Amino acid sequence: MIELDRAGRSFKVRRTVVHAVRDLSFTVGRGEFVGCLGPNGAGKSTTIKMLCGILTPTSGSVRVAGLDPSRRRTALARRIGVVFGQRTTLWWDLPLADSFQLVRHLYKVDRRTFAERLDELCETLDLGTFLRTPVRQLSLGQRMRGDLAAALLHAPEVLVLDEPTIGLDVVSKAGIRDFLLRLNAERGTTVLLTTHDLGDVERLCRRVVLIDHGRLAFDGTLAGLMATVPGRTTIEDVVTHLYTAGRRAAASPAEEPARALRRARDQ
Amino acid sequence: MVRTYALLIWTWTRSAAAYPASFALAAVFTTVTAAVDLGVILVVFANTTALAGFSRDEVLFLYGAASLAFCVTDLLIGNIDRVSGHIRAGTLDVVLIRPAAAWVQLAADRFVPARIGRVLQAAAVLGHSVAVIGPDWRRAWMIPVMLATGIVIFAALWTLAGALQFLLTDAPEVVNSFTYGGQQLTQYPLSVYGRDLVRGVTYVLPLAFVNWQPGLYVLGRPDPCGTPEFTRFLGPAAALLLSLLAALAWRQGIRHYRSTGSQG
Repeated sequence: MIELDRAGRSFKVRRTVVHAVRDLSFTVGRGEFVGCLGPNGAGKSTTIKMLCGILTPTSGSVRVAGLDPSRRRTALARRIGVVFGQRTTLWWDLPLADSFQLVRHLYKVDRRTFAERLDELCETLDLGTFLRTPVRQLSLGQRMRGDLAAALLHAPEVLVLDEPTIGLDVVSKAGIRDFLLRLNAERGTTVLLTTHDLGDVERLCRRVVLIDHGRLAFDGTLAGLMATVPGRTTIEDVVTHLYTAGRRAAASPAEEPARALRRARDQ
Repeated sequence: MVRTYALLIWTWTRSAAAYPASFALAAVFTTVTAAVDLGVILVVFANTTALAGFSRDEVLFLYGAASLAFCVTDLLIGNIDRVSGHIRAGTLDVVLIRPAAAWVQLAADRFVPARIGRVLQAAAVLGHSVAVIGPDWRRAWMIPVMLATGIVIFAALWTLAGALQFLLTDAPEVVNSFTYGGQQLTQYPLSVYGRDLVRGVTYVLPLAFVNWQPGLYVLGRPDPCGTPEFTRFLGPAAALLLSLLAALAWRQGIRHYRSTGSQG
């Protein structure tokens, strides 16, 4: 469903070229649940934005649901759902239900299918009590559930989430995680999420992709990731070790971060 | 596209209605500022009978035509030049994940229905001046053509202004000088300005085709700056050319969008 082939995106910042992402290749098959990890500034969001067609890759190619995202942005938008944890797609001053109606029109969902899906989402995400409340008055947890529902009303094949649990309390997080698991298991929706919450990864992701300094540093199962650093027992420890190794490697310009990371892991 | 647009402006209108006091103030302010523009022209003519050889009603005709085209554009797509604000706030990302053209979404963005007041005011000025001047009806067919041309030219200029902001995120004021400045310029007969400026707005930024060139035809006058007769009819072609240019620039802008980092 998602294919990146040596995808890269660089930015020119005051005459120097910054490579946010370079030579990134991985694929995500239909029905997979993949977590994308990496320190701040590693290129996770840039990758997500290339997948949604927001950013045009400067090298390599990206395909989502068989489409080139930046060229077929609107066609792709009908087939994927996107949630940015830090930005809402809902209409700030209007009741949640009005935003959903707008989604119905924009995504051209017919009235009956829409009503069925909305009922289902209201039940699974427990939206019933605040459907008529203006979005600006919702709590963060409620708003996030609203955003999730808005991204799923058109029944997308792929759901892309950029830090969906950021700032949420434990109970809200658990609710969102349960919902995502069910969505993936029952609907077969392909899910790709970025997060800094390792609880998300442990609970949700069968597969982990680690990005560091814009490159792929690891791609495999969670158990496989744990095994890369022997002697560490918790995922926090492993990730801390990998991130610091990556940073140290980046500080010595002779070595490519990804290779240094592999070396650090082998020691 | 039109359906999406209508839907969005309706949504923004309801959003605006969530703040009734601000809604009412906007209506008052836009009407007052438009009245001041008109007032200045009337003050000028309280002291003179002709401006660059044009009578008061002829100047009002040129003013009304440009103003109407401008206000209609401002009402319909006036917020397309807020691109830089959206880029800085990161809200353009949200626009780009929806299955609708970014241009339509941004054109409808924060639609301000209060601007209808200015459209009506401009229409009244134009209507009044046409009634007083009583132009030759064989030439009056140019009036609707002139308005349509004007709207397209302003819309294209706005789109160019928006597209430029993908490159110059920090400089919406630079592009404002072309959009709002353009409207200020077209309020008076172009012949009151220097010859080079008139050439510039005829051949570079085709503002002269908003009201000046077609207006001269309607009034049955030769151009004091000496452009040949056939230039009176070049408006639609100039509008089309500028629109193509604006569309290309907009596409390039979107492709070169750089997004912003996360806020957290």
